[in-house]
Amino acid sequence: MQVAFELNGDPVNADVEPRTTLADCIRDRLGRTGTHVGCEHGVCGACTVLVNGEAVRSCLMLAVQAQDEKVVTIEGLSGDQLSPLQAAFRKHHALQCGFCTPGFITTAHALLTNEPDADQERIREVLSGNLCRCTGYIPIVEAILDARSHYARDGEK
Amino acid sequence: MKPPSFAYASPSTLAEAVNLLASGNGNAKVISGGQSLMPMLAFRLAAPDLLVDLKHLKDLGTITIGDDGVRLGAKVRWCDIENDRRLVRSHPLLAEAIKHVAHYQVRNRGTIGGSLAHADPSAEMPGVALTCDGEMTIVGSGGTRVEKASSFFTGPLQTSLEPDEIVTELHLPAWPATRRWAFREFARRKGDFAMAGVLLFYDLDHRNCAVDAHIGAIGIADCPIRLSAAEAALNGNAVTEDCIAAVAAAAKESIDPPSDIHAPGAYRRALLGTLLARGLQHSIS
Amino acid sequence: MKVSNSYVGRPMERVEDLRMVRGRGTYVADVNRPDQLYAVILRSSVAHGTIRSIDFTRALELPGVRHVLTAGGLGDFVPRIPVRLQSLPELEPFHQPVLADRKVRYVGEPVAVVIADTAAIAEDALEHIVLDIETLPAVAGREQAETEPSLLFEGHGSNTAITWRACLGDADAAFKSADYVRRERFKVQRHTAMFMEPRGFVAEWNAVAGEMTVWGTAKTAFYNRRVLAAALGLDEHAVKLVEVDVGGGFGSRGEFYPEDYLIPAAAMIARRPVKWTEDRREHMMSANHSRDIECDVEIAVSRDGRFLGLRGQIWADIGAYLRTNGSVGPRNVAQCMSGPYCFESVDLRSSMLVTNKTPTGSYRGPGRFEADFARERLIDIVARDLEMDRLELRRRNLVADSQMPYPLPTVTPFESTNELDSGDYHAVFDRCLAEFKWEDRSKLRGRLIDGYYHGLGIGSFIEGGAAGPKEDARLVLETDGSLSVYLGSSAIGQGLETIMSQIAADAMEVPFERITINHGSTDHVKDGYGSYHSRSTVMGGSSILLAAEKLKELIRETAAKRFNCSPADVSIDGEKVSHAGNHLTFSNLSDIPLEVEASFFNSKHTWAYGTQAAYVAVDPGTGHVKVIDYLSVEDVGRMINPLTLHGQAIGSIVQGLGGTFLEHLVYDSEGQLLTGSFADYLLPTASDFPNIRSITLELKRCPNNPLGAKGAGEGGIIPVAGVIGNAVADALFHLNVQPNELPLSPPRLWQLIEEARQ
Repeated sequence: MQVAFELNGDPVNADVEPRTTLADCIRDRLGRTGTHVGCEHGVCGACTVLVNGEAVRSCLMLAVQAQDEKVVTIEGLSGDQLSPLQAAFRKHHALQCGFCTPGFITTAHALLTNEPDADQERIREVLSGNLCRCTGYIPIVEAILDARSHYARDGEK
Repeated sequence: MKPPSFAYASPSTLAEAVNLLASGNGNAKVISGGQSLMPMLAFRLAAPDLLVDLKHLKDLGTITIGDDGVRLGAKVRWCDIENDRRLVRSHPLLAEAIKHVAHYQVRNRGTIGGSLAHADPSAEMPGVALTCDGEMTIVGSGGTRVEKASSFFTGPLQTSLEPDEIVTELHLPAWPATRRWAFREFARRKGDFAMAGVLLFYDLDHRNCAVDAHIGAIGIADCPIRLSAAEAALNGNAVTEDCIAAVAAAAKESIDPPSDIHAPGAYRRALLGTLLARGLQHSIS
Repeated sequence: MKVSNSYVGRPMERVEDLRMVRGRGTYVADVNRPDQLYAVILRSSVAHGTIRSIDFTRALELPGVRHVLTAGGLGDFVPRIPVRLQSLPELEPFHQPVLADRKVRYVGEPVAVVIADTAAIAEDALEHIVLDIETLPAVAGREQAETEPSLLFEGHGSNTAITWRACLGDADAAFKSADYVRRERFKVQRHTAMFMEPRGFVAEWNAVAGEMTVWGTAKTAFYNRRVLAAALGLDEHAVKLVEVDVGGGFGSRGEFYPEDYLIPAAAMIARRPVKWTEDRREHMMSANHSRDIECDVEIAVSRDGRFLGLRGQIWADIGAYLRTNGSVGPRNVAQCMSGPYCFESVDLRSSMLVTNKTPTGSYRGPGRFEADFARERLIDIVARDLEMDRLELRRRNLVADSQMPYPLPTVTPFESTNELDSGDYHAVFDRCLAEFKWEDRSKLRGRLIDGYYHGLGIGSFIEGGAAGPKEDARLVLETDGSLSVYLGSSAIGQGLETIMSQIAADAMEVPFERITINHGSTDHVKDGYGSYHSRSTVMGGSSILLAAEKLKELIRETAAKRFNCSPADVSIDGEKVSHAGNHLTFSNLSDIPLEVEASFFNSKHTWAYGTQAAYVAVDPGTGHVKVIDYLSVEDVGRMINPLTLHGQAIGSIVQGLGGTFLEHLVYDSEGQLLTGSFADYLLPTASDFPNIRSITLELKRCPNNPLGAKGAGEGGIIPVAGVIGNAVADALFHLNVQPNELPLSPPRLWQLIEEARQ
């Protein structure tokens, strides 16, 4: 089945079986391997991508359901320079093995874009849908708190 | 963990969707947010021949608040409820219960229709529907019908839905501003299914006694249940410490929760009593 | 220009992060080879049984299915996976065959491999394989292992594989004369590493050259290469194992599993590259489980609170086979139960029982997490009995600086002695108390505040590291003046590239940015040992120091020829060599790369040590425990990178809290694994444990390596269950609740409270 959508700003299309998840489509068909697959049953959050600006688990969405949507992956969040969130993750040592990291950064990006004032409790609540086995989460929360200022609403900064 | 093979359709009208379901000989399934169905497909616990995506159906995503209560379209997502500030006043029990549903990403796609149709015994939304005398609008080949939540949930992951039927709306009756209520659940971690949960509301009569008590429970039986013994113990009484203890005791006596890997039945029974007592405490504070 | 020689000890941001935060890392699932096929493994759904037949004809008929591989197709002999650590001839019967050989012994045991055009088609094919198994009674736990007539290995005569014994002094005499003796039973549940990136391999067989290349190796590439080459009948040098980015290890990833053989074998059979990525469900039933220990231990104490003896029996449920490092935990639990304390005598036996469950192996702090739970709980129970202050009781028995080096019990068979190398255990203990404000908070014991009972817990620990025998480093001064470092150590997410760059930059006095670290893959150095037992920094780092000295010598010799002088007269200053007013930079020193290789040998372990404290609140209505504050203070001798070290400590503690409260691999009495998803196997999440602190000290350098560092990747996890158990007991002091079994789940704690109230 043909599916066409926008990926990181570019139109893409792929011929997939209906059963192909969006995660597998992005990785295997479209070659963007920054989106990681850690559980395939919607718990670990490593595969989080943005669909129309909203954080979504790409293992819980069929590729064919992405028809005509705007999808952004970790690769779409920065160019050669690190984004403020990415730089904050590095500064705070918010990653060790790095496998869960794309999911955390896409999730945090969606959160701060919509809620630039998110406090620590809200950040922890939102992150509770992403599993990290290395860091114990504390540096991740610190990194996101640190990056908040870059997301301040227009005119407030 | 790749899903089994199936066909996919995304009809643009409800009638077309129903026809597609009817053509599936019982092996077609509805998908919308997919947040319950996709894991079942991944584990191959479900193997439909055809998935009918409600993606292009208009008008199922609205929240209507009127004199007769709240109407939630089937495609209303958890995040839609969370973001609709009107609901905090129009239906605080709904707003509170939905805070406990799943996680951020799932809340962006998971729908109330999906949750009702999936009918997990620990899920919040079926508990809300049942406790609040909710009614589902259901559309199928035979036309449109309205069913009370009390007869809709028939067992673990089981409902009265026919294979060619789609839940299109949930109606929750109007919520008086003075109503007393509470929601309490206890889960191992944030966003997990509750080991037990309690939903309750009642009104106070001129003597300050509870009337029209509704007490529902999730996670302690094979589908959400009403605790009629506890309701009886509450109705007509002032909500005092003694009353609360009696209501909790009546609730505990009336249930027989199953044991599973997360908790033995005895724990769930005690937990429900604790949550109910705490909820009632909160409702009078 | 003199380069400041000060990278070691600085919180350098990691070089790895530049690719990882942008989704540019390469994990094994990101590796693809042209024309590759996909493998999926059929696993036994029966815990114990005899295979009558496997019929895969219908599976082969499915379009896209290429091959099905079973034990019958492997020839006369199904390869067995040898044991990497503590290998003994009497344990050979328990080695796992790469595919179930006539019998299946656990749910999840590989029975067949399907090779197909896509992973989905291969999974479809699994449903068309008819596996006929005659079921045998399952041995699903210790009770059954000891009493059931059902044997996993009929030839062995019992389900006890081996009993280790750890001895020091004369325990029987100590117990005879002791003023006070107390015996307790402790249980630590089966749980495991559960790293986030599923395991996987891509194997490519070059039939013309007779070469096998496998992407996805981790931890112990060189050992695994030897095993794989032998099993495939290839020369070791015809096998190349490539390490790419690795999504966490914690002791479990990288050991030689059946799939380490099966996927390369599949590539040989298919004559096309074959890719396999496990899914989470199969990870939970196939990668090593861990812990699962029960013990019955007794402590003897003098009237004045001196520890006279520790003795008892430990039972380790190791699952169906002895895996590569399956003895480490059961062995360590006996050797490390006395921990940082002076016990005059120890006599502990640890029996490894085979059961019809997934085999076990090391998980961070193997044996030590379990041992510390028993010991620290026991000490608090003794203090309560003797009405002694639990701090004072610990102070009276902590090993003193003046007693170093201090012997640990000797373990037999596979005799191994060990000694604590150095440390001021008392100073760290007191520092922890001060930082924790213990004295102020100790008034909270048992106080009921807002419905929660409050309490404090404490525990001290030792952390072994730097296992020998050696590690190799190769240093190459490239012609452009940059420095390439090739290491036998492997990266498992711990920031190896950054840490080794810091060490190499300091050793060579060149800027950090001039260093490139190459690690893990088998073609970088002649030999290597890898990353386990908190050894990479000490072993790999020390080998870099030795290699750097050799490289400087070679640089002097090379420059001497150019300057026409004696090497001793050449000075090296940063990236510049000089003699009598003449200068050359590293980039115009030589037309060919200058290359040296060195090995660091070590027979002594490092012993980092510390104390942890917890402040908890217990909800008696739900059994929920809030961790209000958690502090770890540890002396690691010398820090290479405080940023990454701090990260290891915090992450390790949270893993320990997961093992204490949440994580449990549950089996039923038929040997069925009931926790096969992340909805049932509960990892800590961001909202569970927000208040964790860690302080790292550099009090006592390790005397046994040139860095002075001690292995420090595991310490955080080791005492957590004991510390939390003690804090919960303290909160429920009035009820005399003694939590001696893990996990401290809400239902379990509620039950203990209910029982205590009756």
